[in-house]
Amino acid sequence: MADLLASIGGGFVLIGVALSVLGAFGILKFPDVYTRIHAASITDTAGASLVLLGLCLIAGISLVTLKLVFIWMFVMLTTPVAANALANAAFGSGHKPRIGAFHIMRSDERRQTPRGTDAP
Amino acid sequence: MLLLAGTAGLLVAMAMMIARAVMGPTHYDRILAVNSFGTKTVLLLAVIGFMFGRPAFLDIAIVYALINFTATIALMKFFRYRALGQPLGAPPGEEGGNG
Amino acid sequence: MITLPASINASLMLDIVLLVMLLVVAGAIVRTRSLLAAIILFSIYSLISAVWLVVMDAPDVAFTEAVVGAGISTIVLLGAILLTRGETEKPDWRKLIAPALICASVGGLLIYAAMGLPELGDPASPANAHVGRAYLQRTASDIGVPNMVTAVLASYRGLDTLGETAVIFAAGIGVALMLGFGPRSSLAPPPAQLGDHHVTLRVAAKMLIPLIALFALYVQFHGDLGAGGGFQAGVIMSVAIILHALVFGLRETMAAIPPRVARSIASLGVLIYAGVGIVCMINGGAFLDYDYLFPPEIEAQIPGWILGDDAHAPHWGQHAGILGIEIGVLLTVTATMVTVFYGFAGRTVDDARREARR
Repeated sequence: MADLLASIGGGFVLIGVALSVLGAFGILKFPDVYTRIHAASITDTAGASLVLLGLCLIAGISLVTLKLVFIWMFVMLTTPVAANALANAAFGSGHKPRIGAFHIMRSDERRQTPRGTDAP
Repeated sequence: MLLLAGTAGLLVAMAMMIARAVMGPTHYDRILAVNSFGTKTVLLLAVIGFMFGRPAFLDIAIVYALINFTATIALMKFFRYRALGQPLGAPPGEEGGNG
Repeated sequence: MITLPASINASLMLDIVLLVMLLVVAGAIVRTRSLLAAIILFSIYSLISAVWLVVMDAPDVAFTEAVVGAGISTIVLLGAILLTRGETEKPDWRKLIAPALICASVGGLLIYAAMGLPELGDPASPANAHVGRAYLQRTASDIGVPNMVTAVLASYRGLDTLGETAVIFAAGIGVALMLGFGPRSSLAPPPAQLGDHHVTLRVAAKMLIPLIALFALYVQFHGDLGAGGGFQAGVIMSVAIILHALVFGLRETMAAIPPRVARSIASLGVLIYAGVGIVCMINGGAFLDYDYLFPPEIEAQIPGWILGDDAHAPHWGQHAGILGIEIGVLLTVTATMVTVFYGFAGRTVDDARREARR
């Protein structure tokens, strides 16, 4: 039984790593900051969850599993928030998305133009 | 070995993140690459810990998950506002009321 | 636990891949002209070093590298960039010939010398044969602490660690003297701009800051048993305080921990460390000899079950001494990192330009 759980855990780890690799590939290929943030945050969080779940299955119930749950909690808390903050900062710096429509919220319409772009 | 394959995959993903950090036309691309690299490092540390049978490495993974976030916020704040001391904006109701 | 049939090969492969990545990142750092991009690449460099140290089976060092290199170093370098320009000049290749020759010759000499080093992990090498082996064999009976790195750092070589703590304290004082003692600009919040609602970040930071501080305390007290200790815990605690300053503003953090208090805590840490040593001297032993930390009458009264079993009772002095000095290290490192951050973070780019023009 433990061996079966370990094999299933290994499978989850592989699927999670595959998700991370796909996300990394997306970050390389996507045309724009905002789309790259999409690729990074979604695949990182999901891939990390699957990898940590797989490692929990391999470890069985012990202190190690508790630490893995902590890592999972921190990853779930920080990665989406960091992506949100990053997209916020990029938008505030005036990066216009290269694909898709670009709407300014009614509350922000008082500003005529966004802030000047940072020097790259 | 499944964990070894996982390690190899994570290293490939990390190499791709380095490429984006070097290439990224804007600084926000680079910050994103560092954040993503950090998350993959956390996973790599956990998997390596299991491979070598040393669960003590999980402490390093936990710490790095927290430090990664702080460094990303610091970088983001620097590139957006060119300063590190000002508070980040809050909706008007919350401003000045919280300790 | 699943073990590998050929774990030696796995670690060799990991070593090679990580070192190649390190080389690529180092090349990119040298080639890039934007200092801001170089800071970001430095962060990646430190991360790869930390993973490589983990593969080399050195968790304490990897811990320190991860928290210092990728956390504090990045933040303080950002503060330093506030004081200077963001780009370097294009180097003239003619000026680089002499430095390149010097680097190549020194590097060649070092590689030639490295060929004479003993094999990694060779038990007969001088580092492992004499004092190292004595430490490994005698730690259990002398000190009774499972983590031998902590035993050597805190007890056998406690005097060196006192020197390190004093150096960290001196560095903090130096930064405070050079950069001033408080904020320069008004630290008012910037005028509201497009998309300036950071509610998610504030809520997440409110949840994370106590967790980071709690984890710092865990690392501090767990340093006797696993990887960790005072230095790593101090840096993690200062990261919690710096996160508070980044999200809620330097003024609020300075209201919570004024710069004067931070400097006092730094000196208090060194005082605690040296004080433990002096208490040992008062009770009849040498400086920092923890066996003499408690007078014999008191030590006889401490019940053995506190440390787990009666066999550990003779190690009470060592455990208490290590605990005391680690607390001193924690206080000094935290306060010094906070002082350094206060020195840098109160400035903006406009402040720096104004000062440069004077």
